[in-house]
Amino acid sequence: MRLRRCGDRAVLVEVGSLDEVEAVRAAVVGARLDEVVEVVPAARTVLVVTRDGGQARVRRVLEGVDLGRRSAGEAREVVVPVVYDGPDLALVADTAGIAVEEVVRLHSEAVYSVAFCGFAPGFGYLVGLPEALHQPRLDSPRTRVPAGSVGVAGEYTAAYPRATPGGWRLIGRTDAPLFDVHRDPAALLAPGDRVRFEVVR
Amino acid sequence: MRTVTVLRTGPQALVQDLGRTGFAALGVPPSGALDTPSLTLANRLVGNPPDAAALEVLLGGLHLRADASCTVAVTGPSVDVLVDGVHRDSPFHLAAGEEVRLGTPAHGLRNYLAVSGGLDVDPQLGSRSTDLLSGIGPDPLADGHVLPLGDVLGVPVGVDVLVPVRVPDELVVPVLLGPREGWFNDPTFQLSNGSWTVSERSNRVGVRLVGTALQREERYKSRELPSEGLVTGAVQVPADGQPAVFLADHPTTGGYPVIGVVPERSLPLLGQALPGTRLRFRPQG
Repeated sequence: MRLRRCGDRAVLVEVGSLDEVEAVRAAVVGARLDEVVEVVPAARTVLVVTRDGGQARVRRVLEGVDLGRRSAGEAREVVVPVVYDGPDLALVADTAGIAVEEVVRLHSEAVYSVAFCGFAPGFGYLVGLPEALHQPRLDSPRTRVPAGSVGVAGEYTAAYPRATPGGWRLIGRTDAPLFDVHRDPAALLAPGDRVRFEVVR
Repeated sequence: MRTVTVLRTGPQALVQDLGRTGFAALGVPPSGALDTPSLTLANRLVGNPPDAAALEVLLGGLHLRADASCTVAVTGPSVDVLVDGVHRDSPFHLAAGEEVRLGTPAHGLRNYLAVSGGLDVDPQLGSRSTDLLSGIGPDPLADGHVLPLGDVLGVPVGVDVLVPVRVPDELVVPVLLGPREGWFNDPTFQLSNGSWTVSERSNRVGVRLVGTALQREERYKSRELPSEGLVTGAVQVPADGQPAVFLADHPTTGGYPVIGVVPERSLPLLGQALPGTRLRFRPQG
């Protein structure tokens, strides 16, 4: 674990894997320090922003983090219904060398967890994707991916909370309320949550 | 219900308060006024709490009607404030039906207009700020928009002289190195010897700079950085070496290395800097 200064009120914690990111995130959030304003996990880092003067307490919490510790299993579980009829479903099946039905089975039977959010409010990067579905982005991104689209890219799967440009391979769509400021919580998926996709026929 | 009506917005008028905190992990930018001292001053002048919502007016041109008696203050760069053609100093009173017009600000971009009671639009995620990056908060104001006012909680503050914000011809901006200063050749030397101007492509997301290209260390030239969390004030350096300083509507994560971070106290002036303003950095280890 390396601590990198990020201005006078934040530290960027750099670790070696997504599991270690989750260990750091869970430890900092779990410490419930009043001084902590934001905890932002990403692929290999956790950004911890505090109020003025809060950095010393955060560093003490970080010194006590056990990077090998898996989360204790009290994660929230979210089920996302998906219609598997995405425009890239056949491409994903071809690339994996399997049938379309097998893509659907693999994607819907796996259990995922939200590694981090970014790109747009409520856009969660889910890990736990079966190896066969680890696939590159499209050669040229779409200028508009409809809201609710479910896609895969690299080791991640995700659902687009709103229409944006995007280069992920789209395999389905959901009508789950992924991000709605009038709901509490606004985001359906938050870092640390466990997620399953349910086939809608 | 007490209201004010926006008759003309000018180039851009937005509702802003101190922004939303605590939602970055969900991908929600902080948003909020770019020049927070000017916002809180305007609020104080009309008797509002510092975090009340007010108008952030880009490049003047606003024309507003009071639909009820209220106290108004305009802060930020020097700007003509006219009521029935008469110049007014802030704070001032408007009777129901009276109208105020803003001219074009000098030596700055953004004026803050606070109304007693504050703008009482519906908050989203704890803030009334319009976030132009992610579309959270009220839509940017349009001509004819009616804005509800909250209850008046305090007494306007009387002042004799208000010192306007003034962006100097050349900004000297402190930068605390990190987190990715190691990606760059002698970052202190490059930052302190470079010079830039503020690009017209700057906005509430960030101030883009044009000038000296910051050079990466040889071994980082073709490296890609996995996206990581960003703070407001982060100086991000994309592949072409032209830095950008992130402001309130910045994305929560980014994939280019951040060479350093501008401290919060130096950000209000950056949010006021007109395109073409010269800028130098003063790096601090």
